[in-house]
Amino acid sequence: MTRTLPCVASALSVTALRKSFGSVHAVAGLDLDVPEGTCVGLLGPNGAGKSTTMRMLTGQTRPDSGEISVLGFRLPRESKQARAQMGVVPQLDNLDTTLSARDNLRIFARLYRVPAAERDAAVARGLEIARLTARADAVVTALSGGMRRRLLIARALLHGPRLLLLDEPTVGLDPQVRQELWAMIDGLRTEGTSILMTTHYIEEAERLADTVTIVAAGEAVDEGPPAELVARHAGREVREVYGPPARLEEVEGAARAAGFSTRRTGTSVAILGAEGAGDRLPEGETRASRLEDVFVKLTGEEVA
Amino acid sequence: MATPSEPARRGDEPPGRDPARDPSPPGEASRRLRRIEWDAITGVMMREVINFGAAWKQGVFASTVQPVVYLLAFGLGFGQLVHRVDGHDYIDYVSTGTVATAVLFSTAFNAMFGSFVKREFQRTYDAILSTPVDVEELVTAEVLWLAVRGGLFGSVPILVGIAFGLDPAWTTIFVPLVAMLTGFGFAASGTLISAVVGSIDDFSYVTSALFTPLFLVAGTFFPLTGLPLAFRILAELNPLHHCVELVRDCTFGDVDPTDLARVGALVLFAALMWWGAVDRTRRRLIA
Ligand SMILES: Nc1ncnc2c1ncn2[C@@H]1O[C@H](COP(=O)(O)OP(=O)(O)OP(=O)(O)O)[C@@H](O)[C@H]1O
Ligand SMILES: [Mg+2]
Repeated sequence: MTRTLPCVASALSVTALRKSFGSVHAVAGLDLDVPEGTCVGLLGPNGAGKSTTMRMLTGQTRPDSGEISVLGFRLPRESKQARAQMGVVPQLDNLDTTLSARDNLRIFARLYRVPAAERDAAVARGLEIARLTARADAVVTALSGGMRRRLLIARALLHGPRLLLLDEPTVGLDPQVRQELWAMIDGLRTEGTSILMTTHYIEEAERLADTVTIVAAGEAVDEGPPAELVARHAGREVREVYGPPARLEEVEGAARAAGFSTRRTGTSVAILGAEGAGDRLPEGETRASRLEDVFVKLTGEEVA
Repeated sequence: MATPSEPARRGDEPPGRDPARDPSPPGEASRRLRRIEWDAITGVMMREVINFGAAWKQGVFASTVQPVVYLLAFGLGFGQLVHRVDGHDYIDYVSTGTVATAVLFSTAFNAMFGSFVKREFQRTYDAILSTPVDVEELVTAEVLWLAVRGGLFGSVPILVGIAFGLDPAWTTIFVPLVAMLTGFGFAASGTLISAVVGSIDDFSYVTSALFTPLFLVAGTFFPLTGLPLAFRILAELNPLHHCVELVRDCTFGDVDPTDLARVGALVLFAALMWWGAVDRTRRRLIA
């Protein structure tokens, strides 16, 4: 079987992807590209269609229309071939709760077609990645939430996948474990694994993603390296003005009249791209612009 | 967590390739995945086998106790009034007939509840389908496992019968095969039903309106020859009836050409149910 690869090697590319559930347009014309060896972050509010997109990439949801190519395979027709070289960490834990950590890995090593002679080593390495070597024979229900999450990630790595799909990989983990996971994901990327990751933690996207695609209502609103997105939408500096609600409204009006974009953050109004504005803007605290400002501006959503 | 410098996967990684430099690994091109692969099926079955390791005692218990209860209730109870049926001791008649009942209970019910729970509550099927395993393989593996298990457990009533004085012909060795074939069809039926119903509570309709009549009008406890013609025709459409007849003919040593037709009917039943189970499960799992 000969296979022609696109000129610019894409681990994954999606064009004009659409999927509706009844009247809900979960994915509405999404374009997405993950170049080989890079990490792309999908950032979007709840219900933006991130998980639905992930499921279409494994052939577990059929698109209504659009093109999907994963590792050079056309989906959904060749999704099985693509899945053989892909590791998936779902948003919702689907470990086998009645089995031990080790048995969970043993079964998946088989399902991922790890050759029989290498299976034990793959399982041992998986337990190490999950830091569960000492708890290998503990039943999953006896593991903590963080341990389960780590096991879920180790399960996706058993066969040395070329592409990783991570749907909110660090949700519910404490900061220390999250940092470790970031180091691991970054390490995999450095070694050449392509990664598509959704997250609600802006910091996670900033730290890990080479490029970020911001999605809202099933569409890509903008994409680019985090720093570029920040420069494009939020400038260098943000001026944060605090005050009672009435005052905030006033500030918002003034800033917009002067041609600036703003975002609310509960107790304050943030004026984006405020560098060099001087006293054209109300006084406030100045800070560096962040990806979070871009996210809120583009999706109209507040970050938790 | 392993840090990047730890041997997370590179080096001794299974297919031995470097994704960064080799976007189209040679192994994959030559080893094209087929539609139904044995590796996928054994992988899915392994999950059941490991789980079974923890629950086999309950299975053996249920499959032994149930026929004993029937033998005592019907064989000994009715046995006082009815001594011989169709030329056999009534107790032998019941112990051979109960094979079909045991198969039905251990396959159809397990398939219904098991596949519903694994699909809707535990999301096990979702996890499996994110690996190189397709719905055909998933369903085939699950059904095949239940069939093997049901074939073995389903044959226990014969052993119980022997303990109560049944004298088996050599053809009795085919009983587990008949039980497996029947079990395949009923495990697939259970999977199909589970993929069609809206909620797990709907299984009670199926149990009372479908499985109970099937089980009663199969010739397990009384011969169908005395029933009105309509019932006898219906009985020929009941796979359990064919199972009952085949098991009796094997155990009593009077296998005849009609048995071949019964095997054919069971094969047809198994094939149809498998196809339905795959189709409906796919619709339920892949939206
Ligand atoms: N199987 C389904 N049936 C009906 N509607 C669905 C289904 N799956 C997703 N949806 C709807 O599609 C939309 C997108 O859901 P999706 O899970 O993709 O969002 P998401 O971006 O992953 O959100 P979150 O950040 O909360 O995980 C939602 O409105 C959701 O209710
Ligand atoms: Mg989601």
